[in-house]
This record gives sequence, structure tokens and C-alpha cells, in this order.
Amino acid sequence: MELKMIFNFIFGRKQPRNHHAGKLADLRVGERAILEEFELDHPIAEHLMNLGFVPGLEVTVERSGPGGDPRVYRVEGTEVAMRREVSRHIHVSLVGAPAFGD
Amino acid sequence: MTCHPVARPQDEVPDTSYRTVAVVGPPNSGKTTLFNRLTGLRQKVGNFPGVTVEHHTGYIRDSEGEEVALIDLPGIYSLTAKSEDEKVAIDVLQGNMPGMSRPDAVIVVLNSTNLHSHLVLAGRVIALGLPTLVLLNMADELHKQDGGVDVLSLARQLGTPVALVSATTGAGLEAVTNFLSASSPLPEPMELPVVGSTRSVREWAVRVGENANYRRPATPIWTSRLDNVFLNRTWGPVIFAVVVIAVFQTIFAVGQPLSNLLQKFLDVTGARIGTVLPEGMFRSLLINGVWKGTGSVLVFLPQILLLFLVIGILEDSGYLARAAVIADRTMSRVGLNGKSFIPLLSAYACAVPAIMATRTIESKRDRIATILIAPFMTCSARLPVYTMVIAAFLPNRPLLGPFLGTRAVAMLSLYLLGFLMAVMTARLLKSTVLKSKDAPFILEMPPYRWPKFSALMLRLVDRGKAFLYRAGTVIMLVSLLLWAATNFPMHNGQPPAIQDSVVASLGHAIEPVIRPLGFDWKIGVGLVTSLAAREVIIATLGTLNGIDAESHSFDLQNALRHELTIPGAIALLVFFAFAMQCMSTIAVVRRETNGWKWPAIQFAYMTIVAYVSAFAAYNIAGHFIH
Repeated sequence: MELKMIFNFIFGRKQPRNHHAGKLADLRVGERAILEEFELDHPIAEHLMNLGFVPGLEVTVERSGPGGDPRVYRVEGTEVAMRREVSRHIHVSLVGAPAFGD
Repeated sequence: MTCHPVARPQDEVPDTSYRTVAVVGPPNSGKTTLFNRLTGLRQKVGNFPGVTVEHHTGYIRDSEGEEVALIDLPGIYSLTAKSEDEKVAIDVLQGNMPGMSRPDAVIVVLNSTNLHSHLVLAGRVIALGLPTLVLLNMADELHKQDGGVDVLSLARQLGTPVALVSATTGAGLEAVTNFLSASSPLPEPMELPVVGSTRSVREWAVRVGENANYRRPATPIWTSRLDNVFLNRTWGPVIFAVVVIAVFQTIFAVGQPLSNLLQKFLDVTGARIGTVLPEGMFRSLLINGVWKGTGSVLVFLPQILLLFLVIGILEDSGYLARAAVIADRTMSRVGLNGKSFIPLLSAYACAVPAIMATRTIESKRDRIATILIAPFMTCSARLPVYTMVIAAFLPNRPLLGPFLGTRAVAMLSLYLLGFLMAVMTARLLKSTVLKSKDAPFILEMPPYRWPKFSALMLRLVDRGKAFLYRAGTVIMLVSLLLWAATNFPMHNGQPPAIQDSVVASLGHAIEPVIRPLGFDWKIGVGLVTSLAAREVIIATLGTLNGIDAESHSFDLQNALRHELTIPGAIALLVFFAFAMQCMSTIAVVRRETNGWKWPAIQFAYMTIVAYVSAFAAYNIAGHFIH
């Protein structure tokens, strides 16, 4: 997991770390947050909710694809890959300190 | 084998047993595995009218030996009628599907390792009021990963029988036969979310799950470990490349020779049978019509089966979803998503299996877009044509040492040409008719699993049958028409020389149209006969010039130089790069899109593109080369 931290250090986007709300796309790999509002067209939001991505649940950024996009997110037992074009429309609120993987 | 409890909430009232039962479930619930487990090979494929959605009907005996038809509906998450699949499922379950009566009962298959999400669908389905059986599939995985659920409590809350089953091991499946023979009373749920937003139904699902002491299993450790490798920044793309090359090699280096071998075998047996039969029209019809037609259908089978075997392994193991994630970044530049990559790659061998492989793409629009651009990829049937024309007109001179000559460059340019046109077409489609803002790349990552041999085999049989029956008939019909065109009008019971046949008249008829491309009527005849398969133009031009194309290819090249000018040869290559000169592709597109609309649009589009480009190439080249 140290490797992952180094990667995040090198490739991670520079931005304030201690804000309490943001977009899913802005989280780093290993970070967790609570799903809030989906600023997405109804069918897409609906599809995400059917997959288990329901506001109020905790989401984890599991890993990033080789190019950094799409990334894989996990809610409960379900892992879903989505592009930044989707995840930047999903509002989240941060919980606790960032945890790098399990 | 453990015995899973089957819980029934109320005393059952024996009634007449069910005749037709629909099976619904979310994708990744193991619904298809379960359906195959229950019905085995006793199933048939059908399309719902007017939509591309396919369904399987299988037959099973209930515990009293009565036959029951099981209808496998498309995998859906909900019943909100957002997608074509969901509309079909709702129509069937409500009895609104034309030509199909309302099923007597429903079996809902859920993934027990992901109960909270999947109960949403169960809630929606039970609310429809049909007798329902809820199967919690993948019980083996649930228990292995320390999960569990109180089935009795769940049954009480849902008002339906509930059983924990495993489609892969077959554990608990007696619940199905029991359910089928004894009608249970209509569901009387405690608190079902008949209406409500997905969010509220989901909250209901969590409540139901918690009341039933649902323990979510731990995430399989192997899935996470394998993803560390398969989605790794460095190793991910490397493994992806290896897999992709393996897929390509399988169809190109194994499937192709197998197809050729089969073709040889059919030719030889055809000739053998021919010697037994008396000469005449009947023999010609049988050998050159029916037998050749059968052959042109069968030669696709090795490639189709191999591709589906490979894709089946990738899909069932869970790697296909990871491959889609890796390919997505590149594919998104063209406006497509990662799932189109493998079908498009296989189109370099042959568009027919490639188009059949697009069924792994969930988004209907992306699937149609992939089908429409696949035939632009340089398939193996174009190679003999390219080789012959290039050999006839382009002297081979080394460009970069002994490895890269002028002919190789010409060949590579043609590959590039097809690829660029595919990319342009994709961009055009995705920014116009197939614009899909509503379906961005969102893909569930299933856990890794060992593919099951029986499931793979069932899929091969299914795909093989679908191709033979539904596409094969069209290919056969066109083959017979082409036979008739080359064998009529007869003189004294003898078929005419090809120069006097209907196909020659066709060649003459289209000559004014193809003249601006630098083609004469003989090339026109070749364009008509190459509909059977692109490389047939070589044999046709051979026959027209009285040369055996196979043994005297050098003579044919000479003849071709008299036939065509250099600009005309370039135009012919460009035309073959772009034209949908392949009835098998047309037939398979019709079969996969369930109608003539898309193949007609595609044929028209590709022919126009081919014609305009060939015209441009002829004139531009003519300007420089005299």
C-alpha cells in the first residue's frame, strides 16, 4: 500500500484536503465519503441507484484504471467503474481521515 | 450438498400448476446459469417483435412431471421502463407483449451476496401480483464469505416463497420444481413498495434485509488481489495486450485455417457427390447451389464458436469488465466505450462473429454503433483481393530494407484506410443519430470466478444455432439466387457461359454506374458475385477471362492489367475497403438487430461511401498517373 501512497503523492491532483463536501471525482484512491446528491440525468442516476449507489451510503474509491479514468468505486459489496464525466456530477461529503486501501 | 430450507409463508392451496413461468433477475445474478441449469439444451431463442431484445424459452418438468415453459427475460435492475430491456420485461409480466400470453408465475433470481440492491427488483416484481418465487442465488459464495440470511423471515416479509440456491452447484433447486407444481396463493406482502422512487424502494429493501438478519459476505479477497494486477498502471495494459493478441490469434491463426479446412472438405465432398450424379441442371443446383450455399454458411462456424469460447471465458471469469475499463480511455476518443474493443478487434478476422460478439455491450446505441462500423475493419476475405490487385499493379520494391516493401506499405495503407473510415463513421454516428448522452460508461465489476465448462458449451451451442437458423437461411437464399443468376438463361438444358448469363447482364446493367470508377462490366460481374464473399471476385474474373484463378494467378494478374488502369485498380481497392460486399454480414446484422432497417441503412451507407471514395480515388489518381 506504500506504493499506492507514493503514486498518489506523485500523480494525485493538488487540492485542499480538509474540505467536508466535494465531488466523487475529486476523491483520491482509498478515500471514503458519503454519497449525497446526483447532478445527473434521471436515467443515469436511476441506473446508479439500481447498482446500489444510493445517497446516504458510504462509497470508497477502490482503484483507478491505468489512465486514471475510469475509476472503480465500491458501495457495500458492489464495485462499479465509471468515467470522470459521471463521477464529477456526484456530490459527496467526506468522512474521517483518508484511508489508503484496506 | 447442504439442504437449503424452502420457506412458505402460508398454507398452500393446491391449484392447477403453472404452464408458463417468467424468469427475471438483475445482470450478474447468475440468472442465465440458473436458467441453463434448469432447462439444459431444451431451449429455443426468439426475438420480441420490434425490438432487438432476445429471449430464450426452455422447458422443465415440475415435480408431477408436467411440462412447464420457462421464459428467460433480459437481465434488468428495475421495472422503471427506462431501457428497452425493462420495457420488454414489464410488457411480458403484465401480459402486454403481442403474441405472448401473460405468464402464470414469476421466478425472481437475486444475487444473495448483494441482497440489498437486488431486493429492489424483487419488490417491484412481487408488486405486480403474479405468484412469485424468490431465489437467492450464489448461496455457496454467500456462505463461503461468512454471509447469511434468515430465509423464513424474508419469505414472511415478502409474502412469497424464498429459497437459497446455487446455480453452479445445483443446491436448493428442488425449490423450483416444488414451486412449479403447487400454486401458491397470491402474494400478500406485509409492506410492499408498489410505487415509490428507487431510493425509497431501496430503503425498504435495506429494512427487509436487516429484519431478516442479512449479513453481507466479505469481499472476495482474490478479486481485490487480481484487480491489483489486472488494473495495475503498468501490468494492466500489458496483460490486456497479451489477452487481445491471444483473442486475435485464436480467430486468425486457428479459426481461419479451420474454416479453410472445412471449406476444402466441403469442396471435395461436393465434387465427389457430383461424380455420382448425372450431369445436368439438377446436379448443378445441388452441388453449385445448395452445397456451395451450405458451405458458405458452415465456414463461419469455426470462427464464431472459437470467438464465443474465448469471449465466454473472458466474460464468465470477470476479466471482460476489466478489459473494458482498460480499453475505455482509448475508445472514448472515438465516442465509443471500452466494451466495443474486442468485437471491433475480432472484425479484423471476420465481421460476422464480431457482430455477434457485440451482445456483450449493454448500451443499445453503442451496440448498434459498433455493429455499423465493424465491417470497415479489414477482414480476412479482403486480403486475397488486395493481394491480387496489388501484386498485379505494384512492383515490389524495398523501402526500409528487406522488411518493408512497397506492397506491404500498400497493404498497410488499406488497413489504415478501413480503420480511419470506421473512426469517422463512429464519430458521425455518435454525434448524430446514435447520440447517447443517456448512457455514459458505468460498468459493474463482477467478482472473478472460474468459468464453468457446461455454461461455455451451452453458449456455444446457442450461438451456433442462432447463426445457422437465423442468419444461415438468408445466406443460403442469396447463394441460391447467385447460383440461378450464373446458371440462367439455359440453352438446351445447358447452363450458359458466364458471359451469357443473368449475372453478366447484371454486370452490363451496372456498367454505366461503375464506369466513372474505371470499372468495366467484367468487374461489375465480380462486384455482384463477390456479395457471396469478397474473395469470390477473383474466381469470377478468372472464369470471365478463361483462366483458373488458383493455379494461374500470374495469368490472371496479366489479364487484370488489361482490364483496369492503375487509377481503376486503386479505385477497386478503395471500393473493396469500404463496401459492405458481404451477404453474410448483412444477414447477421439483420439477425442481431432483429429487422432489415439497420442492415439496409448500413448497406446503403457503406456502398455510397465506397462509391464516392472510389470515384474520388480514380479521378485524383488519374490526375497524377497517365
